[in-house]
Amino acid sequence: MNRRSYGLRAWILQRLSAVYMTVYLLFFILHVSTNPPQSYVAWHGWMAGPVISLATALFFIAILVHAWVGIRDVIMDYVKPPALRFSLLSLIGMVLLICGLWVLRILIQVSQ
Amino acid sequence: MIQKDRRPVFLDITRIDLPITAVISIIHRSTGILFFLLIPPLIYLFDLSLSSWQGFEAVSQLLDHWLARSLLVLLSWGFAHHLLAGIRYLLIDVDIGVGLESSRITAWCVVGGGLIVLFAVALTVL
Repeated sequence: MNRRSYGLRAWILQRLSAVYMTVYLLFFILHVSTNPPQSYVAWHGWMAGPVISLATALFFIAILVHAWVGIRDVIMDYVKPPALRFSLLSLIGMVLLICGLWVLRILIQVSQ
Repeated sequence: MIQKDRRPVFLDITRIDLPITAVISIIHRSTGILFFLLIPPLIYLFDLSLSSWQGFEAVSQLLDHWLARSLLVLLSWGFAHHLLAGIRYLLIDVDIGVGLESSRITAWCVVGGGLIVLFAVALTVL
């Protein structure tokens, strides 16, 4: 995508991630409320399944993408000085990236 | 030549009568910022719960605490509001609820839906 469609890409990502998170959370809440994990082994075993861990990884990616687009919108609305805006966006981008790597590490360890 | 903007600015928050659509938009944004801040604690709890059985017990006990339950009820309202307002925006994207009257009706639906979820979660969790 070129520079002109950048806003459109953010718009689409925001909506796709929202829809995926809604579906995942409905499933997750339904599962946990009807069949709550009684023990560490049960919880760990459930999370270690290939489908669940992959769906969870996608869920966290969706959270991070959604948060990035949303927070970026907020910062662009209220933070006008370019240097401050750039610093804040860089900091938040870094934090979100670290969060993503953190989740990846958790899920890889779980599935081993 | 650049002229100085001399239009009057009226920002007396106690006298501005914001329409309901603006109010739910503000709540959508504030809850979004709140949930952004909650991402690292959420991942931390997720990590802890999967790290060992002690960690799992610690998270279970924490979530069982009355304070955590109360917090969960409040967060569920914020979440329901954010989600419903988001669905409302998706509907606006496909031209549903764009008019003045219909946009106010859908805004009140968001408020009502949020409160229904709040009470439902409060009844089950508390």
